[in-house]
Amino acid sequence: MKRIVTATVINQSGVLNRITGLMTKRQFNIESITVGHTETEGVSKMTFVVNVDGDGKIEQLIKQLNKQIDVLKVSDITDQAIVVRELALIKVISNAQIRSEISGIIEPFRASIIDVSRESITVQVTGDSEKIEAIIDLLRPYGIKEMVRTGITAFPRGSQKSVTDIKQFSILN
Amino acid sequence: MRAKAKPEAEAITTEMTGAEVLIHSLKKENVEVLFGYPGGAVLPIYDALYRSPIKHILSKHEQGSIHAAEGYARVSGKPGVVIATSGPGATNLVTGITDAMMDSLPLVIFTGQVASTVIGTDAFQEADIMGITAPITKHNYQVRDVQDLPRIIKEAFHIASTGRPGPVLVDIPKDVANKTISPDYDSTIHLPGYQPTFSPNILQIKKLADAVGQAKKPVILAGAGILHANAGKELLTFTEKNKIPVVNTLLGLGSYPGQHPLFLGMGGMHGTYTANMALYECDLLISIGARFDDRLTGNLAHFAKNAVVAHIDVDPAEIGKNVPTQIPIVSDAREALRKLVDVDSETPDTEEWRSQLTENSKNYPLWKKTNTDEFLPQQVVELVHEYTKGDAIITTDVGQHQMWAAQYYAFTDANRWVTSGGLGTMGFGFPAAVGAQLAFPDQTVVALTGDGGFQMTLQELSTLQELNLPVKVVIMNNHTLGMVRQWQEAFYEKRYSHSLLPVQPDFVKLGEAYGIKSYKVTTQEEARGVFEEAFSHRDPVLIDCRVSGKENVYPMIAPGKGLHQMIGVKP
Repeated sequence: MKRIVTATVINQSGVLNRITGLMTKRQFNIESITVGHTETEGVSKMTFVVNVDGDGKIEQLIKQLNKQIDVLKVSDITDQAIVVRELALIKVISNAQIRSEISGIIEPFRASIIDVSRESITVQVTGDSEKIEAIIDLLRPYGIKEMVRTGITAFPRGSQKSVTDIKQFSILN
Repeated sequence: MRAKAKPEAEAITTEMTGAEVLIHSLKKENVEVLFGYPGGAVLPIYDALYRSPIKHILSKHEQGSIHAAEGYARVSGKPGVVIATSGPGATNLVTGITDAMMDSLPLVIFTGQVASTVIGTDAFQEADIMGITAPITKHNYQVRDVQDLPRIIKEAFHIASTGRPGPVLVDIPKDVANKTISPDYDSTIHLPGYQPTFSPNILQIKKLADAVGQAKKPVILAGAGILHANAGKELLTFTEKNKIPVVNTLLGLGSYPGQHPLFLGMGGMHGTYTANMALYECDLLISIGARFDDRLTGNLAHFAKNAVVAHIDVDPAEIGKNVPTQIPIVSDAREALRKLVDVDSETPDTEEWRSQLTENSKNYPLWKKTNTDEFLPQQVVELVHEYTKGDAIITTDVGQHQMWAAQYYAFTDANRWVTSGGLGTMGFGFPAAVGAQLAFPDQTVVALTGDGGFQMTLQELSTLQELNLPVKVVIMNNHTLGMVRQWQEAFYEKRYSHSLLPVQPDFVKLGEAYGIKSYKVTTQEEARGVFEEAFSHRDPVLIDCRVSGKENVYPMIAPGKGLHQMIGVKP
């Protein structure tokens, strides 16, 4: 099963190496990893999506991460109400004739065209992984020349009670 | 903690180089001895050391330094401190660092690094020691700014010696060691991500006390955590109060008196029948400072399958890692045992259980060949025990000789047993004996080693010679890599692939080449004469004991089998 794990870390050199190293050592598969600054100076947050076999394994991963000196906090937020976002850049083969057609397709996704050339356009889309999968599926018939995805970044919602948008759960199963 | 006022002498501290700051910080950490080997990138540090009163032990290979530091740390409880140069000096430490990580030994290792300006250019003697040692250290640092050096050293010693102990490496580029600053030794430790739990949750302690009260067949598995926490006395009090039998792990030997009626011996692959059956049949297993290593548990499907499992460990990651645990207690072993004794609870009735175990011990004791003229390896251990009155510090490598030492030495006291458990490192025992002897100069220290392992680090004979350390090197020489041969006999139809060592150096001449009194003995009688002499003086000795090459370590649990499926429990 896929789990979303976040780790708050002190922004020291080598901390990323230690964390990915321990995941390799303990045979955890990292599906995606994002790292960036937080509201506190010198503190970064990592979001991993990992594929694990069972509850025991995820518990072990969290404990091992917690043991790292530069790790301040580790949470498995999969089962919480969370906001999850990922960004994808998709370069689609497109001439002038079908540009507006693609434009129509991506519009409901609130995606935008950020680069245009004679043979292609580049679409930028943000959202949860499911939404990105959906837009990729729609664009694939036109020919995807190049694509990059950032991997997800996530944190718990401000309020854990009023969960209406529970899509986040399904994308991870 | 910030000092209230600077002592006068320090207030007027003049400028110092990074190397001098390092030496000064080591003094502040009360480091008495350094194990090291100089080289290009640590020239500034060795130059500062030249003017320092700190004792430095020059090994003949960096592996000798790090294993010596491990031996020192294991018996003294204080961090072993190592210095090596960049590149090959640092990479030669890797086995020992891993060994210390696996067996939770506190080490602080200083490696030189090429100058900051050329890091990352594949400079002469450059190695990415931060990358190499990330998975095998509790933590590692590269000093980028010399002003950070006093704080980093404080943190390194703190991290190495608190919580679950382990190795910490500090990598110091040459220019950092050379740079002159006015050091600030008052800088405080700031480790918000490192807050090891010391005291147990009292509700969990009560839960365990209740489980103890209800148990019919309780057993305690006592590991090295008892030794690290100095909790032997508390363990004895708790077990005697509740009449609970005790099994030791390999590394836990010495944490419980070897001759105590509640002591069942070592558990695991070559443990006693009684200990393993107790772990198999118990209804309450209390593991304290042990990590359920596969060599201890055997096949997990059969391990303590009817038992409520309680696990006391200072490292939360060990709890539930291999064995599902109903009563987890994250705590220092001594704190937890003190609280357990203090809790007002029922004591269990274990009389029937104990008499069953006593019966097992009577029927299935450790055994070796009798009615034989051969000089048996087990007899070597018994003789060492006899001539050291069971009170020596014993160091070993890994393999047959290690298992026989564990089975037959019957350790009565803590911190007398120095062995490579988790990593199983050949060549560990002899240099570890050097370190142990330096920690306790007046103790008898015996390096019990095999002919294979000894040849991996025998260059340290030169260190014995130089320091005239009274280490007794006892080689249990069976002309084979015994444990490899045993497995080839049992599981590979006696195809002894590269495990027989018929051609060997003359160990007596070898010892004498280093100016060390050396003997060869081929019978028990001969051995008696030599041991009598060897243990009567305070000089180093090497004894080449030519023992039978065909002995196997029994009893044994074959790989993949459960604790109840021991073979070789009877002659």
